[in-house]
Amino acid sequence: MGTLYEDIVAYGGEVFGEEHMETLRECVQCGKCTGGCPSGRNTALRTRKLFQMALLDLREEIFNAPELWFCSTCFTCYERCPKGVKTTDIIRIIRNLAAKEGHMSVPHRMIGVYVLKTGHAVPIGPDQMKLREAVGLESQPPTTQHPKNKEQLEQVRTIFRTTNYDAMIDFDWETMNLRGMKKGGKK
Amino acid sequence: MTDDDLGLTYAYFLGCITPNRYPGIEAATKRIFKEFGIETKEMVGASCCPAPGVFGSFDMHTWLPVAARNLSIAEEMGLEIYVTCNGCYGSLQEADHLLKEHPKLKERTNKVLNEFGREYKGTTKVNHSIVILHDIIGLDKLKERITKPMNDVNVAVHYGCHFLKPREVRGHGSSETPYILEDLVKVTGAKEVEYKDKLMCCGAGGGNRTADTVQSLEWTRQKLVNAIMAGCDCMVHPCAFCHLQLDRGQAEMNKAFGTNFNFPILYATQFLGLAMGLSQTECGLDIQTTTMPEKLLK
Ligand code: SF4
Ligand code: SF4
Repeated sequence: MGTLYEDIVAYGGEVFGEEHMETLRECVQCGKCTGGCPSGRNTALRTRKLFQMALLDLREEIFNAPELWFCSTCFTCYERCPKGVKTTDIIRIIRNLAAKEGHMSVPHRMIGVYVLKTGHAVPIGPDQMKLREAVGLESQPPTTQHPKNKEQLEQVRTIFRTTNYDAMIDFDWETMNLRGMKKGGKK
Repeated sequence: MTDDDLGLTYAYFLGCITPNRYPGIEAATKRIFKEFGIETKEMVGASCCPAPGVFGSFDMHTWLPVAARNLSIAEEMGLEIYVTCNGCYGSLQEADHLLKEHPKLKERTNKVLNEFGREYKGTTKVNHSIVILHDIIGLDKLKERITKPMNDVNVAVHYGCHFLKPREVRGHGSSETPYILEDLVKVTGAKEVEYKDKLMCCGAGGGNRTADTVQSLEWTRQKLVNAIMAGCDCMVHPCAFCHLQLDRGQAEMNKAFGTNFNFPILYATQFLGLAMGLSQTECGLDIQTTTMPEKLLK
């Protein structure tokens, strides 16, 4: 584990390329990101401050702040930053690092449970099957949740196993649910 | 073959919210496309895209192979993709973009897919349904089919975020002065009305809705108030996930904030569908939270 900046460049670099992540260093603290942030109007999220904290290596403070999760990834700041800081991608990578260290709420982990069970973050239920029939569609779409497509669903599960996502959310393959939760929803 | 028969076939990536919560979006889109000779083939065995702000926020290395697996299904079909959700667009187009830009990432991703005999090749293209309407079918052809003009209807356009941004991936020009939805609304004879913070996010994305639903609804409430204050009769948008937040969100915010919202929310093809003479039942507008006023149905 290096500094937070180094980790952002290393981990995010694998996906976006290192130069993309290194734009964080270009931040001049002008605050234009915060000025247009729809979250900042309503929550404690201050994008400018978050980046300064990241550069100051305040890892625990960032990872433990609930507002880290109040960015909707709207990309407004990303498009407006005068220094070309790849803001939203940096925020997503900071969240990836936080999640890897166990900072992930139960509702967020549950989304993974739905995907592991059905292949869908928002699966279908009997009521929705009726809605489909009401508009003249097949009651079940031919996706991973369809009983005919078990093999395809298994492929999605294999991905989650290969990348250890199941372990990250503490998924129990026996019960197909989260393993015992500790206080505050943290692992 | 009539003049309107485009003779095209696309792979439809359904995603989650469209087929599992708002099948009216699926039905209206398929019906309109069929009118113009665009055939829809569903992507059998596709999964969640997976949600870009959500899975992208938790683990990019899981998000990417799941998206690549979905892309590989369309590649096998030999077809380009269309989507009806900005989340699906966000994920699939971004994944396609990254995998094409970074050969090493493609190699790494294919190692995961190879475990079950799949491969991402980079041979499909991800299209948004509203771009097919605007650029492939085109405004002239659409205009000819408007049988119930929306002449006295004031519309608030809502883009959602991942249709326009990031520009370097989406490629639809300016994210501050867009025109595609505006054109589609105007072709029906409706008036597109400028309102405060028109380009503001609905609040749902990035796991924000899941992190704190009531807080996320406050963004939505502001958005709706701005549209209502500008005299709009309804909101038209291109995203199934926004639809969930904007439509079902009104019931949730009425409960959480003690408000009394019932502001009509329509996906672009639902709005066009009504103007082309489809019934509200055919567009699934009578099986959602917000109800349609006479003005939109006459
Ligand atoms: S807009 Fe860019 S340079 Fe200005 S504070 Fe935000 S990230 Fe830094
Ligand atoms: S991407 Fe996140 S931080 Fe940037 S403006 Fe949107 S909500 Fe704010």
